[in-house]
Parts: sequence; C-alpha cells; structure tokens
Amino acid sequence: MKTKKSESSGHFPDQSEAIGRDLMPKPFGLSGKIWVAVLSFVFLLGFFFYIQQLRFGLGITAMRDYSTWGIYIANFVFFVAISLVGSLISAILKLSGAKWRTPLTRISEMIAVSSIIFAALVIIVDMGRPDRFMNVILHARIQSPITWDVLVITTYLTISLLLLYLPLIPDLAFMRDRFSGIPAWQKKMYTFMALGWKGLPGQEKILRRAEQILAVLIIPVAFGIHTVTSWLFATTLRPGWDSSDFGPYFVSGAFMVGAGGVIAAMYIFRTHYSLEKYLTDKHFDYMGRLLVLLSLVYLYFNINEYFVPAYKMKGQEAEHLNALFYGRYAPLFWSVQIFGMVVPIIVLMFRRGRKPLPMFIIAIMVVVGAWFKRFLIVIPTLSHPYIPMDRVPESWQHYLPTFKEWSITAATLAGALLIVTLLTRLFPAIPMVETIEEANPEHKETEIA
Amino acid sequence: MKSTDQNSRRSFLRKGLGIAAVAGSVTALQAFQQDSVEETGEMVKLLSPEGEIVEIDKAYLKPIPEVHVTPDAAREGIPGRRFVMVIDLAQCKNLRKCHDACEKMHHCGPDNEFLKVLKMQDNKLATPFWQPTMCFHCDEPPCVKVCPVDATYKRTDGIVLIDTDRCIGCRFCMVACPYSARTFDWSEPDQTEEVKHQHYSPETSVPAKMGTVSKCDFCPDMVRQGEMPHCVTACPNGVFYFGDENEDAVSNGSETVRLSELLRDRAGYRYMEDMGTRPRVYYLPPVNRAFPFEDDEFTKQNGSKS
Repeated sequence: MKTKKSESSGHFPDQSEAIGRDLMPKPFGLSGKIWVAVLSFVFLLGFFFYIQQLRFGLGITAMRDYSTWGIYIANFVFFVAISLVGSLISAILKLSGAKWRTPLTRISEMIAVSSIIFAALVIIVDMGRPDRFMNVILHARIQSPITWDVLVITTYLTISLLLLYLPLIPDLAFMRDRFSGIPAWQKKMYTFMALGWKGLPGQEKILRRAEQILAVLIIPVAFGIHTVTSWLFATTLRPGWDSSDFGPYFVSGAFMVGAGGVIAAMYIFRTHYSLEKYLTDKHFDYMGRLLVLLSLVYLYFNINEYFVPAYKMKGQEAEHLNALFYGRYAPLFWSVQIFGMVVPIIVLMFRRGRKPLPMFIIAIMVVVGAWFKRFLIVIPTLSHPYIPMDRVPESWQHYLPTFKEWSITAATLAGALLIVTLLTRLFPAIPMVETIEEANPEHKETEIA
Repeated sequence: MKSTDQNSRRSFLRKGLGIAAVAGSVTALQAFQQDSVEETGEMVKLLSPEGEIVEIDKAYLKPIPEVHVTPDAAREGIPGRRFVMVIDLAQCKNLRKCHDACEKMHHCGPDNEFLKVLKMQDNKLATPFWQPTMCFHCDEPPCVKVCPVDATYKRTDGIVLIDTDRCIGCRFCMVACPYSARTFDWSEPDQTEEVKHQHYSPETSVPAKMGTVSKCDFCPDMVRQGEMPHCVTACPNGVFYFGDENEDAVSNGSETVRLSELLRDRAGYRYMEDMGTRPRVYYLPPVNRAFPFEDDEFTKQNGSKS
C-alpha cells in the first residue's frame, strides 16, 4: 500500500503508519455512493426550481407582501448559526487548552466552511434581482446592516477557509509522501496544496503562529457574523424582533446548534469509518457536557426573549406572542422549545445520555429544532404587522411555503452536506499528523511564546 | 429667490390656471419659430412667463411633453418644497375612489396596492372609521436607513422614492417599514405592452419591474405639472389635503387652508407617532363625521382588527 520514505518515516514510529491508514480519506463504498447520489438528486431538483425562480420571479414561493421574508431567510440564519461551530471548536476550545478537541477540529471547520458558503448562496437565492448583485458593492451604503453582513460573512469565510487549510498542510504533506496507489491527479493536488511542507522547525513555528492568530481573530468575527445577522431583525420596529438582546440570543443559539451539528457528524464518521479509536466515548461525553452548557445559556436567553414581553403583553407584541403560545404557531413553538432545547438539556445531564447513540439522536433533535426555531423567529413576526391585513387573500395572511420553495431550501442543505462529504473524500476528516504527534508525546508540538 | 417662491406658491394654489397656462405658453413661444404651422383662426388667451395675457392661435399650442425625470434626476427633490399631506378621517366614507385612481394611474394591480383604505377601530367602545393609508414619506424613514444599495432615498422635498433600476429585491425596506406601505413585484407585473415600454421614472413608479419594491410616490410627476396627486383629485369628499409645508398651505382641490391652522384646530396627529419615524402624512381625527360608519362587503365578512 504505502512506500515509506526514510526522512519522513524516521520522524515517527511505526504507529504512525496505522494511524495514517485509519484516517486516510477512503473511496466511497456503496452506502457512500447512495448518500452522494441522493444528495445530488435533492440538490439538482432544487437547482431546477431555482432556474424557474430566476425566470418567473419569487412568485413561485409563498412569500407575499406581508410575509415578505420566508424560509429562505430562516434557512440563511440557520446556516450562519451552524457555521459558528468552526470558531467554537477551532478557536474557543483551542485557546482554552482543551486537548481533546483535536479529532473534532477538521470536521467542525468543514461544516463551518460549507455552511457559510451556503449562507451566502441562500441570500442570493432570496434576492428579487440576483442579476444586480454587484450593486451591493457598487452602491454599498455603510448604514445598512446588509452591508455589514456582506463584510462580515466574507471575512468569516476567509478566516474559516484558512483555519481549514493551514492545519491541513502537514496532513497534505503526509499524504503526498506516504500514499501510493492513489490517482495521479490526487497526488498532484496534495503536492501542490502542501506548499512544499517538510515539517521543518521553522515551518512548524510559522504554521503554529498563524493558527494561533487566526484562532484569536475568528472569535470576534464569529460573534460579529451572528450578531449582525440578528440585527437584520433587531434593527426593525417589528413585534418579536424589536429586542435589544437579539445579538447574544442568536450567538448563544448558534453555538448550541453548532455543537449539535458537530456531534451528529462525529457519530456518522465514527460508525461509518470505524473510527471508535479516535472519536471515543470520552469525546462524546465532553461534547455532551459542552452542549448542556450551551443549551442552558440559550434557555436563559429564551426566557428573557419570551417571558419579559409576555409579562407585559404589549399591543401587537401580545398578538404575536399569543400566536406562538396558544395560536397558529403553538404546536411548532412548543415542539421546538421542548424537543430542541429542554429534552436535550435533561438527557445530556445524565452520563448515560452522553453515550454516542443517544447523543446522536439528541444532536439531530437539536439541529432540526434549531432550523424550525429560525422559522419561528422569522415568520410569525411578519404575519403580525401593525396595520390590519385587509383585503388580501388568505394565503397572504398565513404563509405556507410552496413545494418549490421547500425544494430549493432542501437543495441548499443537501449542497452543504455534499461539500462536507466531498471534502472528507479528499482530505482526512480527523487531523492525521496532529493525532500521530499526540500519540507520541516525545514528538510534542513546538511551543510558541 | 423669494419671488420664485411666491411664484411657485401662487401657481401651486391656482393650479388650474397658473402652471398649465405658463407651461402652455412656453411651448407656444417655441412654436412661433416654426413657420410651417397652419393657423386655425381660433385664438386662445394665455398667461406669459412675464405675467402678461397673450392671445395666440390654437395651432401653436402643443401638448405639454411628458416630463420625464430620469432615475438620477429624480434623486433631487423639487427645490424649495416640503410636501405634506393631511387626511381628514371625518370625511372618508370608504368610496375607494382614491384607491382606484391610484391603481389606474400607477398601473399596479390589486396585488400591488400603493394606497389602502382600512377599517380601523381604536377600542371596542369606539366607533370604527375608515383610514386611507399609504407611504407616509417619513422624515426619519426606517426603510431608507436599511437599504443596502441606496435604491430608496429621501429627497429634499420630503418625498421618499424607490429607484427600481437599482433595487436588488432584498425586501429589507418592506420589513423595516412599520406601516407595511411597500409592495413587491413577486412575478412579472401584469402591464400592457405600452406601459411596459414607457420611460421609467421613480417619480411615476411606472413601469413596475419584477423582483423590485414599489410604493406610493406622492405623485411628484403630477406636482411638477402643477397638478395634485391622483388620490387627492379622485376623492369627491375632499378627504385628502396636499400641499407644501414651506408655504404652510394645503389644498384638497376645493379649498386651500393653512396647514398649521388645520392641524391645530382639528387636532391633527400622525399614525403611530411613537415609532419615531416622523411621517409627512397627518390625520384629522374622525370626529363630527360627515357620514355614519358602514361596513362594506369585505369587512362584514372579516370583522375588524384594531
């Protein structure tokens, strides 16, 4: 399988070979092929409907003058939220010195990059005139939160790409040097992307320093990206959005769904590629504890967000809250709050709840709940405008997304999963060299001041 | 400067005779230089720009060419003006002539209403009333604040307009407007070929374009021609007063009154003043009503919402 090169094999004991073999990206098996085929189908179907939307306008959706933002925007908020997992695992855990994060970093950065790409695409999907996208740059107005969003999303995407790529360089060199029997183009790609990495102390030092700087940089940008996203709502005068703690409310919810997303991905990689040795029960246990903490913070913000205005029951705000608590949106609202937040908190409090399988189920509940939570943040508010919705068709008063709209939304979710899948096909989902180094304490990473 | 202000006030208030005559004579004077016109013998009296009455042959009159204000030019307000509207709720009996005229003149269908007449009721004991509602052309417009591309803007004459040649269709302005005054062309607008091929101007909001936002524009094209906005002229009950805050005068077509006196004497107010948007549209409360409130077919079926 592999040809050993003296200079690199000398660096690691033979154990490295086994780890390399375990973690190397593998061709898709049958289930992998079916998975890719299904995702591609969902993606292409949505893409087809998007072409229709380009031709016939947003009229193919159920959005109308009152519900002028719909599931596209809810989906956008979801993507931005889940992308915060990158900064959580790569930066916050790194800076807090949590060593156990190593096998999770790559997965979380892959999720972050793919979801932020689709967050940007979803915004374009929601535009009435995507052909005029350049106006956002040509006629940019700094007063508009959308301009801030464009700036912060591009910054976050750039830093996330670097945080995915830089730690990958030693792995790319490892694959370049150690792997044979892979297609020539793949080898060429690894060689090109490894940028001549030889693992020299000087190179190591530069890389570690760059990673450290990025880890610090990404934290304010991550807070920025989701705070600005919350301001798309909080800077308006609408009931339910006109709130001063929307920023932290959104950020806390984002870290929670991000943790849920990475737990779900961990479980799938672990079972599918038999990585039990690397993604151990300990990792699930720690992620479970982290998720409880993040969910409790989110619960706290939910209490503030709903209880305080509900105590006052002010005017139009009251109609909005009544629709959530007892009205049209009550079944969805209580399902999301209970199954997407309260049940996860309770289950994960118990050691047995933090075993991989229950964690996976809880993580799926958190992620699905988080998607519908964004629906509940965006849609009910717009169904309760200040002026009466007179003389408009029933469908204008109660927004129910069309099949095409759902399909386009599903396509973006499938697309994001497809990117993660394809990335793991080409690059190791768990950092190889870092794992090898950690397995051999004498080859500890060079400390930097 | 002062004299032009006075001129414009006079011409505005005597809109029937004033501006039409001046504009007409301008075209007539230009026409004098062309010798090819065949005289009809029918003479008409006109007011020249110098203020003299002149008599010319009807053949020299040309229809006023349509004032086409380009999107760039429309960003400048009409100098020296501060347009304002006052809506007398005591006079409105839901005839909806304003709505129909607006819809007809802006070629917008029922799905894109610039003007709505809403049944309002402040509380259960109060009698309901009809409230014509449109863009309030706020002095602190939340819609303008959030636009990422400067497609919607506030002019020096107080009017808030939309350049649908620039609008990217993000609909942030619609979300930001607490009065739901804005409407979106979700599909290809249902307009005749003739309308579709008109020169677009933000001052007319015609033709509408798919994927962009539109709304009440206060009809600055009409004002430029010395006319009132369509809703004002269409209302037989004189509900709408339109005018210039700088001149302190508003007119509903039949009477011209001092804006400050009207608002003071009739307790004029602005809708949802606590939003801090400072609308340029005032309401006179529905007291001492000219008509008793009657539900129409729609509100009979749907009840009311305050």
